Amino acid sequence: MLTTTQMIIYILVTAAGVFATRVSAFLLFPSGRTTPKIIIFLGNALPCALMALLIVYCLKDVSLIAHPHGLPELIALAVTALLHLWKKNTLLSISVGTVLYMILVQGVF
Amino acid sequence: MSHELKNSFIAAFPRTIPILTGYLFLGGGFGLLLTSAGYPWYWTTIMAIVIYAGMGQYVAVNMLAPGVSLIDVFLVQATINARHSFYGITMLQKYNGMGKLKPYLIFTMTDETFSLLCSAKIPEGVSEKQYFFFVSLLDHLYWICGCTLGGVIGSLLKFDTTGIEMIMTSLFLTIAIDQWKDNKDHLPVFIGGIAAVVCLVIFGAEHFIIPALILLTAGLLLFRKRIEAATTTEALCEPEEREEE
Repeated sequence: MLTTTQMIIYILVTAAGVFATRVSAFLLFPSGRTTPKIIIFLGNALPCALMALLIVYCLKDVSLIAHPHGLPELIALAVTALLHLWKKNTLLSISVGTVLYMILVQGVF
Repeated sequence: MSHELKNSFIAAFPRTIPILTGYLFLGGGFGLLLTSAGYPWYWTTIMAIVIYAGMGQYVAVNMLAPGVSLIDVFLVQATINARHSFYGITMLQKYNGMGKLKPYLIFTMTDETFSLLCSAKIPEGVSEKQYFFFVSLLDHLYWICGCTLGGVIGSLLKFDTTGIEMIMTSLFLTIAIDQWKDNKDHLPVFIGGIAAVVCLVIFGAEHFIIPALILLTAGLLLFRKRIEAATTTEALCEPEEREEE
């Protein structure tokens, strides 16, 4: 256990590490200067690419070799995707997908 | 509340509802985790306000130990959150026009807030600045509520939350599906997915995010002409937006 002072310092350092990543682009390309075209291109093309990366990141600890071979994830995400394509309701898609997944990993597999 | 402010809030609030559920669950999970490590619930609230990062706070609980190197803490947090710097690049032009709100918008740029704002379709008659502010503020408040609730519940009772992390994955999946439908060219999606999988196989789950970000950027730059040619009429991932100013 950390003391209160240690905890406050620890939290501030953690916050600084996180904030550094959020502010970096704005420090490197301040408002006065024109943003290079290549950066504008990346800004437009990155979101879609990053979303694919984030999905892989969320699934990084899933093992296809060991039981249950990523089946709960596959089932839950397939249901989420189909439901989303059908009903177009984000809240519904993620709730059903998550509850289904919790049932699968806690009780079925 | 002025009429304009009210309009912006009414436009922003419904869009943030998926984040509300997500943050209550994920923040709640964090609260459970921190209190299970023996800390009082109010630290969950303080961390939610000051740090405001899902992955960052989960890792922070793991690293919490007397004598931990603060330099290590800083570097680990900067690394696992490196993707945020790419969000900054995306929002650079937009946030530079946000005046006094800019520092708060930068501070609150989480994965979820970014995902809402990067593809925001702002309704007619709504101020973009106020819309961005309300989305950012609401998400921050949801996170603070979620963490605090989890902390309080965690110090009172125990239950099985295994699998709750799927809420994050399914949220990203639904966003990706919406982006897919809004864009004609899907090459960036494949570049992102392939870069992530290749680096995951080569570097393993613990160390793949930085190489994947580098490979992904290199891939986009390599196919820049092809991507730009496919999207000359519309900006990628930015559905038609109302011109302002």
